[in-house]
Amino acid sequence: MSIDILNVTKRFKTFTALDAVNLHIPGGQLVALLGPSGSGKTTLLRIIAGLDWPDSGEVRFDGQDALARSVRERNVGFVFQHYALFRHMNVFENVAFGLRVRKGADKLPEAAIREKVNQLLSLVQIDWLADRRPNQLSGGQRQRVALARALAISPRILLLDEPFGALDAKVRKELRRWLRNLHEELPVTSVLVTHDQEEALELADTVVVMGKGRIEQVGSPQEVYDAPATAFVHDFIGESLSLPARVSGGRLHVGAGETALDPQGVEDGPVRILARPHDVDFAEPDAAPVRGRVLAVRTFGPTRRADIVLGDGDIVEAAVPPGIHPAVGAQIGLVPRRYRVFPTA
Amino acid sequence: MSSTSHSALPQALASEGLPAHVEVRPLRHPGPTNTEPKAVRIAIITLALAFLALCIALPVVSVFYEAFKRGWLAYVTALAEPDALSAIRLTLLVAAISVIANVTFGLIAAWAIAKFEFPGRSLLITLIDLPFSVSPVVAGLVYVLLFGSQGLFAAYLQAWDIKIIFALPGIVLATLFVTFPFVARELIPLMQEQGTAEEEAAVSLGASGLSTFFRVTLPNVKWALLYGVLLCNARAMGEFGAVSVVSGHVRGLTNTMPLHIEILYNEYQFVASFAVASLLALLALVTLVAKTLLEARLAEDAS
Repeated sequence: MSIDILNVTKRFKTFTALDAVNLHIPGGQLVALLGPSGSGKTTLLRIIAGLDWPDSGEVRFDGQDALARSVRERNVGFVFQHYALFRHMNVFENVAFGLRVRKGADKLPEAAIREKVNQLLSLVQIDWLADRRPNQLSGGQRQRVALARALAISPRILLLDEPFGALDAKVRKELRRWLRNLHEELPVTSVLVTHDQEEALELADTVVVMGKGRIEQVGSPQEVYDAPATAFVHDFIGESLSLPARVSGGRLHVGAGETALDPQGVEDGPVRILARPHDVDFAEPDAAPVRGRVLAVRTFGPTRRADIVLGDGDIVEAAVPPGIHPAVGAQIGLVPRRYRVFPTA
Repeated sequence: MSSTSHSALPQALASEGLPAHVEVRPLRHPGPTNTEPKAVRIAIITLALAFLALCIALPVVSVFYEAFKRGWLAYVTALAEPDALSAIRLTLLVAAISVIANVTFGLIAAWAIAKFEFPGRSLLITLIDLPFSVSPVVAGLVYVLLFGSQGLFAAYLQAWDIKIIFALPGIVLATLFVTFPFVARELIPLMQEQGTAEEEAAVSLGASGLSTFFRVTLPNVKWALLYGVLLCNARAMGEFGAVSVVSGHVRGLTNTMPLHIEILYNEYQFVASFAVASLLALLALVTLVAKTLLEARLAEDAS
């Protein structure tokens, strides 16, 4: 089932959570809404679910108005950030809940409910926990219960709010792969909210990068990493080495000197040069467009990082290429090999 | 990397399975640390126990002692007396009405305060506490001023021939006033702590508002609710001041147990007076035991 967000705006008192957001989510995809806290991603998810209402704009499921329907009529599976399992029910009853509250013609006989719940519990691999209470489960197990409960109503849309946020790193990685497989098996469109870029890039078909209530970029994981559309996306995804600079007369100036770097069509004014740390080479100070003094060199595993203070006092972190051993206090030159130039807002 | 990824799956599953057996409960009572000398400890404990014995245990024991001073027969006779029976009946009736009304209003108020933001919310929280800070006598007096024969609504009440003061409705109103906080006060902090996520989960799964309330909200607070009912009931049966003002002390009609005890005592019928008092004392003891049992369950709501 496809989801269309048309011009959706949502304000909380004076804070604008969503500012005229437009987004098309094709059916069957797994989409990640990625952004820092306060970027509006959870608000957008709750509006799709029907747990919040936009001040203006439209939400359409397969082209049909979804805002006309309440949460309980939308048949959307929602996995809550802290799972929100029913604490007084055991795992089986938690999963059965969505089937038990059905009324009239939709109501399933007890035997059918049992069969379906048992199927779901096996699907999420926790059938041996059916009699446990939520407070007797580990975080990963609760996560699976929450997912099974959401899937019980056979949703066409599955919404997940920071699904792995409360888990430790190892369980998180494992569950991530498992969720991806589950998504492939089921006829659902999944939307996942996360602030963890690794999670979004590894898991999603499409990544929607959000900042301050706006969508900054929509693209495949590869696109948002390799070709960030804005300085915000470049900063937020992956590591960035940021050099303050300025364009004047069509030339790029760093510090006092003019450089041979390409201003990439950006108009005159203050700019930032953004590059991935491993896309910046070290060179002799006189031969490089950017010069600085090495403050410290740190080693973690196979990579080494150097803190370099530039002429005007800014400190940048650069990846030290293999075979080069910069001395602390030495002058060094930096040559951005691949970089993007963005006007400073 | 590749060597670890093969073993990651069974390992992750195994590590998830392990903590399942361990029930995570907050430590409610960390063990005491003894830093005082033994003599000081004994002195402090003796002092506390002596105070409790003198001020709490002794009066309770003496109530039963006085009640049974003339033997079983005198005790039973005093309780079987028509005015005493009528007082017991009235007390039970008033307590039942108060408990039902307070459960209803307490739940509604707590639900509204804990789950929604609305103008006047903090005013409502303050108002719920009002009966704790107002003298019960004043509470009774307010109802006399409102509904008494010289009161604000006297003309209407007379025209419709409705009797509130010196009758059952007045006693119920006064009791409701003093007992209102007990249920709501128990529920509000618990409901606030539990938040609205489970309710949201319920409606997202297709539950109606009523269904959500009875399947999710109510079961989540059931022990706290029972605890509130217990305290509310104990107070309703024992209330003296507020009821005394509005009751009119009509024997066999508007006397509740506490009022009846006072009258008997003033008439020097000590055995009869203490016999009825022993029932209230018994209620207190039962309440105490039930309260202790319930407190263990309260942790379940919170977990």
